[in-house]
Amino acid sequence: MALNSKIPEGPIKDKWTNYKDHINLVNPANKRHIDIIVVGTGLAGGSAAATLAELGYNVKAFAYQDSPRRAHSIAAQGGINAAKNYMGDGDSTYRLFYDTVKGGDYRSREANVYRLAEVSANIIDQCVAQGVPFARDYGGLLDNRSFGGVLVSRTFYAKGQTGQQLLLGAYSAMNRQIARGKIEMFNRHEMLDVVKVNGKARGIIARNLITGEIERHSAHAVVIASGGYGNVYYLSTNAMGSNATAAWKIHKKGAYFANPCFTQIHPTCIPRSGDYQSKLTLMSESLRNDGRIWVPKNIEDAKALQQRKMKPTDIPEENRDYFLERRYPAFGNLVPRDVASRAAKERCDAGFGVNATGEAVYLDFASAIERYGKTQAKIHNLENPSKEKIYDLGKGIVEEKYGNLFQMYEKIVDENPYKTPMMIYPATHYTMGGIWVDYNLMTTVDGLYCIGEANFSEHGANRLGASALMQGLADGYFVLPYTIGDYLSNEIRTGKIPTNTPEFDEAEKDVKERLHFFINNKGEHSVDYYHKKLGKIMWDKVGMSRNEKGLIEAMAEIKELREDFWKNVKVPGNLYEMNPELEKAGRVADFLELGELFAKDALHRNESCGGHFREESVELDGEQKGEAKRNDKDYAYVAAWEYKGEPAAAVLHKEQLEFKDIELKQRSYK
Amino acid sequence: MNLTLKIWRQKDSNAKGQMVDYKVTDISEHMSFLEMMDVLNEQLVNSGEDPVAFDHDCREGICGMCSMYINGEAHGPDRGVTTCQLHMRMFKDGDTITIEPFRASAFPVLKDLVVDRTAFERIQQAGGYISVNTSGNTQDANSIPISKHAADEAMDAATCIGCGACVATCKNSSAMLFVGAKVSQYALLPQGQIEAADRVRNMVAQMDLEGFGNCTNTGACEIECPKGISLDNIARMNRELMKASI
Ligand SMILES: Cc1cc2nc3c(=O)[nH]c(=O)nc-3n(C[C@H](O)[C@H](O)[C@H](O)COP(=O)(O)OP(=O)(O)OC[C@H]3O[C@@H](n4cnc5c(N)ncnc54)[C@H](O)[C@@H]3O)c2cc1C
Ligand code: SF4
Ligand code: FES
Repeated sequence: MALNSKIPEGPIKDKWTNYKDHINLVNPANKRHIDIIVVGTGLAGGSAAATLAELGYNVKAFAYQDSPRRAHSIAAQGGINAAKNYMGDGDSTYRLFYDTVKGGDYRSREANVYRLAEVSANIIDQCVAQGVPFARDYGGLLDNRSFGGVLVSRTFYAKGQTGQQLLLGAYSAMNRQIARGKIEMFNRHEMLDVVKVNGKARGIIARNLITGEIERHSAHAVVIASGGYGNVYYLSTNAMGSNATAAWKIHKKGAYFANPCFTQIHPTCIPRSGDYQSKLTLMSESLRNDGRIWVPKNIEDAKALQQRKMKPTDIPEENRDYFLERRYPAFGNLVPRDVASRAAKERCDAGFGVNATGEAVYLDFASAIERYGKTQAKIHNLENPSKEKIYDLGKGIVEEKYGNLFQMYEKIVDENPYKTPMMIYPATHYTMGGIWVDYNLMTTVDGLYCIGEANFSEHGANRLGASALMQGLADGYFVLPYTIGDYLSNEIRTGKIPTNTPEFDEAEKDVKERLHFFINNKGEHSVDYYHKKLGKIMWDKVGMSRNEKGLIEAMAEIKELREDFWKNVKVPGNLYEMNPELEKAGRVADFLELGELFAKDALHRNESCGGHFREESVELDGEQKGEAKRNDKDYAYVAAWEYKGEPAAAVLHKEQLEFKDIELKQRSYK
Repeated sequence: MNLTLKIWRQKDSNAKGQMVDYKVTDISEHMSFLEMMDVLNEQLVNSGEDPVAFDHDCREGICGMCSMYINGEAHGPDRGVTTCQLHMRMFKDGDTITIEPFRASAFPVLKDLVVDRTAFERIQQAGGYISVNTSGNTQDANSIPISKHAADEAMDAATCIGCGACVATCKNSSAMLFVGAKVSQYALLPQGQIEAADRVRNMVAQMDLEGFGNCTNTGACEIECPKGISLDNIARMNRELMKASI
């Protein structure tokens, strides 16, 4: 099947407006007869469910947690971008569009990104109207901060809990519709397959995670908003339950999977402490507004730090290497994530890491505390303030901005980051790749949509900070409600979709067989045993830097591990009860397939772009020596994979990317 | 360190539960409490026993899933943390640790340490929102200036993660801290004023219907709340309720 991205005609500025003016609508009386399933209640699914219900459709929403409010969007810390230009620093729709395309290393679809930038400002209006308590300045207006990869301040935030507040906003909008009976909420339910009837998505098979019952649900359209697949690495900043099952199941039923190798390794996470580690904790990118990243200049100092014979505060200014400021003077500590992560890895690989494992760099707030302290002293008219006074005043400001993050750090590491620099190291954080969708956010299956982190769309090969929240809410509040209507206008005469049909029978049978297999297998190793092994292969060979040899090995090793899993996995308990091990088994089984496709995609893309760094493709000389080298001639396309039975047999379809409004150039942050 | 764990085991909501003893060895002080539970569960799976079911997801103190009652305290002995943020450095070699679910008649046990907190959902559905359409046709965000002080206070109230530790801690199983926090967030903001009276009435009515007890001002909830939600929120809710009834 040839990919048709369905980008509307016309100049980029007018595409979305023209599109909205000409699509088919469903009249309010007919909406009452149309059902929509939304899988996932994070920012994307939650905002979509609320808006679709408000428009009058009957929505059934699903989440594996016990409340929509607990979707992993809740954990987003730093903020959400919007081209409001409240700061008057030259921001505009075009600039947000440009930054996002450039930040994504020119691997995203221009028309989608422009639309995202266009609706971004509206998101903030919407959220404020809902009562989201964004940070404000003393004049009562909204405050902004800066994120990596841009030269303006356009990030709105609510302390270090922006995702929480935005999700609670979407959740409150959902609650309003649940109360009106327009959303039926299925908490503690996991979608285990999609059901297609005559080529169209018509429902799902879900498991009630309390009773273990297998249920059938039908609808006129199905929306997948199940989040990212970062847990394919086992350790990531995702929640323990974050998974690829919904996305992978629809992939197997015909939805193409795009750019799986585009994964974001976030530079500022708390380093690992031991083998028992179950997840990694992010320290928000917003910290790079004020924190300075460094390692020692001298290898002897690094050695001493690793052996704990020295403290970071013992190292004088002149012996510190602020390597981001050194390498990228224009953007300094605020270079995009992929660039910052690789630079940290480069220093640690060269032996300059600062903790026992040699896998950590410092993020230091001492100069910020001093700078803020001095400003505060001025504001309060203090003459000759003491060092301690300046520290206290500065600490107060830093606490106000990042207090909860500092507390989180202290609880985990048992060190006080106001006194000694934080230690950080890159970790898997976000997946730019995902289900391929067209301009309408529809997958390659009719009536099957995919939104939020689960789809591949706007972030190309690297996502800029604070843009995922923006995308999730744009998709759910402002884009999907229009595009899905265009499709559903053909469904007004369809009538209720029955669930007692052969298609549902078969899907349910497959799901049950698989679950029975797990319970009855009585193998040797726990599910976590396999998940950890998969994670290690992924991190070592498909991680921050990749090469042909490693990727070929990874594919073979993952396949072998998968075969062993299906022979030897051990799942205790029964099907018809609450059984967390059984839930994990299904998710890990899917990761074991996705991981191989991921490696295959990384192998085929023999260029370095964004988060995907191929050791074979670096600049050899000139100002950019050692930086990633993109290859636009051969790879300026979206790689969309079609499922063919085995991940290794997946067939590649290319969506060629056209850059009409932005000139393709090398990304430089120097 | 080596520890003895006394854990509440209950097959499902109809079964009768009981405390069961387990031993774990070689626990590192750097582990989180839930990582220690992972070690136990891996041990149980390997020996063919049923692992202990417990709720958790984000493991960074924000989703509100985790909910263990440890040594007689919701979220355990540390202050200002959720169960997932509790670290083993709070315990010492040879300790015996009792682990129970968050108990309240409005939070029935589903299995082992997992409870049903959907009563909180229904309270929110009764009025925990502002009735604006999500159409995007709202006024510009900066046309509603809000004093920094009010915005910060609303934010503090909105920080509640809905974990239910306040209920589990309270001898009356009162949900006033949780409901007070939500009512306060909106009461402090101009956007929330229009529906303020109905909101507080409906949310409190639903809270009573769910079987949560009354507040007798013991203040235990505030101490155990992992997010530092202050008792002022309860006072504010009572004022709002008074206002609504005149
Ligand atoms: C620690 C952290 C910090 C971040 N900080 C920022 C930030 O500051 N700014 C920013 O822009 N982005 C940030 N991000 C990224 C951003 O938070 C996510 O990309 C975004 O929230 C994803 O939203 P979502 O709605 O697509 O998915 P999620 O919020 O992950 O929601 C997924 C939903 O799907 C459900 N689900 C999944 N599988 C199934 C299934 N099989 N059946 C039923 N339901 C299912 C889940 O229950 C859940 O409701 C951060 C991410 C992390 C991990
Ligand atoms: S008030 Fe505190 S203890 Fe109660 S639900 Fe909210 S966060 Fe948990
Ligand atoms: S697991 Fe999310 S708060 Fe503890």
